[in-house]
Amino acid sequence: MNIPYTVEVRPDTGLPNGKLGIWLFLASEVMLFGALFSSYILLRVGAAEWPRGELSVLLGTINTIILIGSSVTMVMAWASLKLNNWGRHRLFLSLTFLLALVFLVNKYFEYAEHIHAGEGPAHSTFLAIYFTLTGLHGLHILGGMVVMAYFLGPGAKMWKTEPEQFTNRIEYTGLYWHFVDLVWIFLFPVLYLL
Amino acid sequence: MHSDPAAIQKSVRGYMTVFGLLMLFTVITVAVARLEFTVPVAIAVALVIAAMKGSMVAAVFMHLSHERRWVYGTLLLTVVFFVALLLLPLLTSLDGTGTGSPWLPAASAGVEGR
Repeated sequence: MNIPYTVEVRPDTGLPNGKLGIWLFLASEVMLFGALFSSYILLRVGAAEWPRGELSVLLGTINTIILIGSSVTMVMAWASLKLNNWGRHRLFLSLTFLLALVFLVNKYFEYAEHIHAGEGPAHSTFLAIYFTLTGLHGLHILGGMVVMAYFLGPGAKMWKTEPEQFTNRIEYTGLYWHFVDLVWIFLFPVLYLL
Repeated sequence: MHSDPAAIQKSVRGYMTVFGLLMLFTVITVAVARLEFTVPVAIAVALVIAAMKGSMVAAVFMHLSHERRWVYGTLLLTVVFFVALLLLPLLTSLDGTGTGSPWLPAASAGVEGR
């Protein structure tokens, strides 16, 4: 049985089902992170004082550059498939995976420094919302890495049998990844700079 | 969605341009944070720059600049609920009942019950 509209567009939406599906999923993700940003606003407005300078701006900036870079390599992984260049696709997808790994390693060092200083989530309201927001974001990075590992591994064989469908799957992975980058673009100034 | 190689190559140049702009705006964000703005101004400046960066990622990397109506419709609905989600909880701290509003200085707080 063939799943319909994985490559050809639906006549009513003008989109393949997967593309509408991923955008609907991202809409739910906007509400998830939106709820936490809303919590941040409420906590900060209600606090008598709010700490500044507790986080490493250097590490945060490096992680921002890493994640933006990974967004570029992710879109290039898709563009390489559109140009029928399998080798370059593999290179860019691997680079995206590696950059995501470096981001998580940095996050580990950042968390470790705070935990070893006794500054866990229970230490202050600021650290509670910091660990919650960045922890959930980090789990999303991990989820994206699992998907990328699948397309670098067993999922790659679809390129030989259904290249257009595979290209679409990479596009949807990219949409998810750019969203994760977008969340960080707001997280970084809100938590590290303000 | 285009699949003509020339169009893709043109898009690739666009991706690289946006990458450069995103790097530049990241540097600007950090530099501006070092200036001694008041908190409301600092928040406004940081969010405007973040919104510009986010718009570039959405428009170019996520191809939102040339998407279908169903995607735009989904996102419009999302934005409406997102704004409500951000603003509604603030109403709980703006009603002024109880022992004073967090918006007022401590000296004028302490109105016991209403």
